Amino acid sequence: MAKLFAVTIFVIAILSAIPILRHTWVAPEDISTHGALIDKQMSETMAEAGISFLAAQFVLGFFIWKFSNRPADAKITKFPGGAKGLVIAAFLVVGIEVLALGVFGAKAWANVYFTPPSSDAMPIQAQAGQFAFYFRYPGPDKKFGGIHPEMVNEGTQNIFGLDPEHDVDARDDIVAAEMAVPVNKEIHLLMHAKDVGHSFFVRELRLQQDFVPGLDVTLHFTATKVGKYEIVCTQLCGLGHYNMKAYLNVMPQADFDAWLKQQAGQ
Amino acid sequence: MHDTSVHAAAHHGPPTTFLRKHVFSQDHKVIGKQYYALALVAAYVGMFLSWLMRIHLAWTNAAIPGLQLLSQSGAPGGVMTPELYLQLLTMHGTIMVFFVLTTAPFAAFGNYFLPIQVGAEDMPFPRFNMMSFWVTFTAFLFLMASFFVGDGPSLGGWTQYAPLNAVGSVGGPGQGSGVVLWAISIALFCVGQLLGSLNFITTTLDLRVKGMSLMRLPLTAWAWFITSCMGLTAFAVLMPACILVILDHVAGTSFFVPSGTVMNDQILPHSGGSTLLWQHLFWFFGHPEVYIAIVPGLGIVSHILLANMRRQMLSQRVLIYSMGALAILSYIVYGHHMFVSGMNPFSSLVFSFPTLVITIPSTIVVLIWTFSLYGSRLRINSASLFALGFISMFVSGGVSGFFLAQPSLDIMLHATYFVVGHFHLVMGVAAMFGIFAGTYFWFPKMAGRMMNETLGKIHFWLSFVGAYCVFMPFHYLGMAGNVRRYATFVDDFLQPLIPVHRFITIAALITGFAQLIFLFNLIYSHFRGPIASQNPWEATSLEWSTPTPVPWNNFDKHPVVYHDPYQYGVKSSVGDYVMQASPEQVETEHDEK
Repeated sequence: MAKLFAVTIFVIAILSAIPILRHTWVAPEDISTHGALIDKQMSETMAEAGISFLAAQFVLGFFIWKFSNRPADAKITKFPGGAKGLVIAAFLVVGIEVLALGVFGAKAWANVYFTPPSSDAMPIQAQAGQFAFYFRYPGPDKKFGGIHPEMVNEGTQNIFGLDPEHDVDARDDIVAAEMAVPVNKEIHLLMHAKDVGHSFFVRELRLQQDFVPGLDVTLHFTATKVGKYEIVCTQLCGLGHYNMKAYLNVMPQADFDAWLKQQAGQ
Repeated sequence: MHDTSVHAAAHHGPPTTFLRKHVFSQDHKVIGKQYYALALVAAYVGMFLSWLMRIHLAWTNAAIPGLQLLSQSGAPGGVMTPELYLQLLTMHGTIMVFFVLTTAPFAAFGNYFLPIQVGAEDMPFPRFNMMSFWVTFTAFLFLMASFFVGDGPSLGGWTQYAPLNAVGSVGGPGQGSGVVLWAISIALFCVGQLLGSLNFITTTLDLRVKGMSLMRLPLTAWAWFITSCMGLTAFAVLMPACILVILDHVAGTSFFVPSGTVMNDQILPHSGGSTLLWQHLFWFFGHPEVYIAIVPGLGIVSHILLANMRRQMLSQRVLIYSMGALAILSYIVYGHHMFVSGMNPFSSLVFSFPTLVITIPSTIVVLIWTFSLYGSRLRINSASLFALGFISMFVSGGVSGFFLAQPSLDIMLHATYFVVGHFHLVMGVAAMFGIFAGTYFWFPKMAGRMMNETLGKIHFWLSFVGAYCVFMPFHYLGMAGNVRRYATFVDDFLQPLIPVHRFITIAALITGFAQLIFLFNLIYSHFRGPIASQNPWEATSLEWSTPTPVPWNNFDKHPVVYHDPYQYGVKSSVGDYVMQASPEQVETEHDEK
């Protein structure tokens, strides 16, 4: 029974590692300028966690195999080095491991959050509400009109609660249900929640950030590859949460200009 | 250390009526069994809900026979609606975290065995103890009532994020009365745990029998003591948070709803609330709660391994200090649940480092266990199999913590099935294995009969392999970006992952079936199992010094403790062990004073 248990642990450990080693299920190709550091951090963490996992399971299995069901007169022996050696080893090995992960991981995090957007980054406002995303472009005046929550009306398509009658800045704002961006252009994303909490997650962009009601959060990124990518909500927001999605459409600059013109005309 | 257990006993005499003996009992042993029964019912309800969810995720349009009985509007023709899915998800999480993982290893086993292990006749405040159970039971009734009131249970998940938890029924089905019932239930649950924690702490500090120094306490007693210290502070934060949610619903306050919230084109009459405030309060409780669920398991596994390794741990003190370190660190790591919540990104880094550091005491615990196996005479039985399985699960669930402790990786893994896999393995399955190990080990003392070993082993094999088949693939799904809490998978990138979900569902149904074997074994053995001797495992701590069934005041004669709790691998007149209460002097490697 004990030997079978040990073998089961070995088999489970190996089977668990196979999909990781074969990259069966992985994140899609990165299309951001900041994602490379995150991917590198992910692989390094996987190596460290994987080795720890395999080592711990194998040693556990081996000891169960070797030391179970021994005769009653078998000598009880102590692991050389005892607890002291193990504690020192844990502090040294795991301590250095987590310190390294922490420091290098901090760099990848800082790369996303601690750098300001450049002055010529293109602002886009994303608004999340049950259960759709909308995106607003500031128009030729490069200024967003103010949001007036009391004026939000989906029936009249005033999704953001704009007041173009009194607010000059709002008149040329362009609202779209998909997020088009020019390739290789830095985007400054301003995130606004209309009702409850939502989240903005694009796997290819290596970005995930919550929309916080009452608190506008910003992000900035540059998409480097033309294509259409899914934006999904990852913060439980109600019964339609599973279906709350939009598309990020990364286009060549000329196509984007044409798209924006077309949206402005609608 | 005082011999005050005599005084504790004076608080209440032996019960004479059926009601006082079996229902409103002040006897810690009866209360422990009541907690265990509550956890058992809750576990099977929670598991049943998970089956329904798993079937729906794998075959979204399949009609589940009888589902209409659970919710007429939530399952037209037996096909689950997205809102019913989320309601089941909320109930599954809440039931499992609170009423199973907190209730069984801490309140049930702790109540039954802590007083016996310290040599006391009962807890110091038996009325509080009785109240603690009945308040918890009432909390469970309030939670279950939400199935039958208004438009059903809340759909906000067990974390009940603001402002969805405070906007009322405009937020969706169950967000009115469902949330209020949820918050009342959890606030009551907190009261029960606070009363329990007070009793546990006082029992450990004040009711230890002569000779029972702190370092001679069994590791289970240490684990329950540390857990109750955590419970006292964590539940004291969650309770007011729940009260504030209730006030937002019934008193027109705005603790969690900010100004300018628009729903159905109407601006809500709230202003000035903070959504992040809820997250801070919830996770300040929520992360210690993870350790409240698992630390008793660490104690139980150590206790059972020791009796089956027939040797001392490499160091008992290191295990105690590690559990203490986990408890303290658990309060300063909670922000790792909020890396992408919108809090200051610098805070994320600050929370990241203690989260990474918490792997050190966890590693030490695993190393001490594993390397104590070296050179031992390990006995294999259902209890030790589950204890060893616990180690394997704790490691597997623990290593994914390396990823989730880092904010930069959380960007990719947050709110995905990777997190679901992580916490199910490390605090769900591992804690359940602790409960199973404890059950197989202590059943002879609690019920006076032995459980069936063959059924126990079949239960173990199906559970061990099954749990890996269910929860390991969750990690792979998460790495591919599979978002959690989706009622069904409509996104393009999720379509190729649906076969993995089907595999998981089949594995979950088989693993669930194994739990029915356990239930059968438990009930059958309770009535028909072979009569248990006083000390069937040749173990050393005080619960094995007292007769089976345990007398009303725990001990026929007040015990005196002469040894540390785990004197195995020695030569004594009874075999390879010497009991704590035995005055016999033996040659030993180490004995605490």
